[in-house]
Amino acid sequence: MIRQTNTMNAVEVSHLVKTYGKKKEVLALDDISLVVGQGELFGIIGPDGAGKTSLFRILTTLLLADSGRASVDGYEVVKQYKEIRNWVGYMPGKFSLYPDLSVAENLNFFATIFNTTVKKNFDLIRDIYVQIEPFQHRRAGKLSGGMKQKLALSCTLIHRPSVLFLDEPTTGVDAVSRKEFWEMLKRLKQQGITILVSTPYMDEAGLCDRVALMQNGSILSINTPQRVVSEFRNELIAAKSQKMLQLLEALKGYEGTENAYPFGEYHHVVMKKGFGMNGLKSYIDKVSAIPVDMVATEPDIEDCFIALMKDE
Amino acid sequence: MRTLKFLLQKEFRQIFRDPAILRIIFIMPVIQLLVLPWAADYETKNIKLAVVDHDHSAYTRQLLNKITASGYFILNEYGSSYRQSLQQVENDKADLILEIPAHFEKDLVKEEKATLFMAINAINGVKANLGGSYLQKIIQDYNSEVRTEWIQFPRFSPETQIAVTSSNWFNPLMNYKYFMVPGILVILLTMVGTNLTAINIVKEKEIGTIEQINVTPIHKYTFILGKLLPFWLLGMIVLTLGLLIAYLFYGILPLGSFFTIYVFAAIYLFAVLGLGLLVSTYASNQQQAMLLSFFLMMIFILLGGLYTSIDSMPEWAQWITRFNPVSYFIEVMRMVVLKGSTLSDIRNYLYIMMGFALFFNGWAVISYRKRS
Repeated sequence: MIRQTNTMNAVEVSHLVKTYGKKKEVLALDDISLVVGQGELFGIIGPDGAGKTSLFRILTTLLLADSGRASVDGYEVVKQYKEIRNWVGYMPGKFSLYPDLSVAENLNFFATIFNTTVKKNFDLIRDIYVQIEPFQHRRAGKLSGGMKQKLALSCTLIHRPSVLFLDEPTTGVDAVSRKEFWEMLKRLKQQGITILVSTPYMDEAGLCDRVALMQNGSILSINTPQRVVSEFRNELIAAKSQKMLQLLEALKGYEGTENAYPFGEYHHVVMKKGFGMNGLKSYIDKVSAIPVDMVATEPDIEDCFIALMKDE
Repeated sequence: MRTLKFLLQKEFRQIFRDPAILRIIFIMPVIQLLVLPWAADYETKNIKLAVVDHDHSAYTRQLLNKITASGYFILNEYGSSYRQSLQQVENDKADLILEIPAHFEKDLVKEEKATLFMAINAINGVKANLGGSYLQKIIQDYNSEVRTEWIQFPRFSPETQIAVTSSNWFNPLMNYKYFMVPGILVILLTMVGTNLTAINIVKEKEIGTIEQINVTPIHKYTFILGKLLPFWLLGMIVLTLGLLIAYLFYGILPLGSFFTIYVFAAIYLFAVLGLGLLVSTYASNQQQAMLLSFFLMMIFILLGGLYTSIDSMPEWAQWITRFNPVSYFIEVMRMVVLKGSTLSDIRNYLYIMMGFALFFNGWAVISYRKRS
């Protein structure tokens, strides 16, 4: 089959609104607009309940929006949903395989219901599938978490989708598998597949071409990770001491502190305009006797998101 | 077509890999068919009788012999105090008290009439009712025997008597098993059809695979057909198994043709499978599906004419049975097995069942949505 694409953009969303509840009291998506280009690896970052899953379900034609328009591969999600279902791969947060079917049977099954065969598209999943091939006769229910996820991704890819929606694929996966998973996504991107991936982990944002930050059903910003970081203008200080809890309280008490939060083994302090490290240091010495290490630091994408979410 | 083939293949694989389901499908009907017909017997036997005899005459002994010889009664207590016998009833050691007054024989011979007193424990209504009428019948019999003994030369009959003799058509020996086995088989078929389909689809909802299916271009008719066909086939196998057991253990061979039974069962199964499908579209987890189909089964069984005759139900209940597919199949089964009815005899039932099948499946297909 030849995939026809009638626009440059893989996904277009404009003014999408979705509410839940009888009185529409829960606002899941609040006037969302975004555009994802062909072949882009697009990240949607946001805490639980931000509306990521609702957005994905609308784009994969499983859910109807209240208002607004959306299209995938140039097909309108409401009227041309049948077309979309042919060309979209969706891996829900809780991806489900048939636990009583074997690895190979699951893959075969998903290939058949998309009217294709494993053989035809094997090149696309080869890299992923070779890792689970030794277990191909094992029942899917008996696989480990990482293996299940690889099988799930294989099943999602087996019909060679043009747009891939991955809803929190790395939630509940260990650090090594997470890294591996992102490498796999990069390879898929090279095959020309557009990938939309949602995640609650901010550190994964840097791995995307562009990221959208979502909170409470709205998009706070859409940008490349580099631009997000460069737009961070405030001075950032990392502070460390023996008594981290007291230190955080003390840091928050300073008049020049815009925001202070734990960040790995340090606390990060965002300074207001016109304030600096020296002022902070003398303030801390004055209010508490804790010896403190302080260094000026470069913001990374997490700092930027924390700042954006605080502004909201 | 290729997709349907794979759907079926997947469904059968899953069924055969689930030992619990296999057990339910094959062992449950066998055991139920072997056990239930013996227990679900309408005939009331072993009625415990307490006799309070104040007379102790030859006539009372004759009467008691006749009662115990009938096989329905067990003489549990033979005393001379009504109070004591009532105690036995209270302790559930007697169901019936027969009190024979003093001078029973004397009154009978001299005045040509005597009175007996009967007290019945009515906690178990069926037992009380039947036990009472059995006893009455026996006493009446005894009465006429005594009469014929006296009237040595029946030149004329002092009273006109109407005697009724009956012959039982289609089931001459009134063997309840002939009657129950086909009925129980219908219930089993219904359970396999409704419960398994409902639970199977809801299970896909629970583990979330249905979501995966929904994003694929697969048509919902194909999906539904892929769910119905395996259970339709299983239902037919259960029916075959049941008919085999009916023949091997109860010697029941349908008077009508197997073909008639299978034709009706084929349509009937589509109706109950559709019902299962309908349950599954409304239930969101297996508990809900289970409870809902259990509730329906209770109504189907109690209002299906298996245990109680539909004709003796109040009119409103008879109306409900008209919407109960089980009642039609039980009736058809009995007609074919006992009466030898043919396809043209059960024509109307066939049409009604097709209506049920269309109605349930149509409703289920409409309410099953691939998106919300």
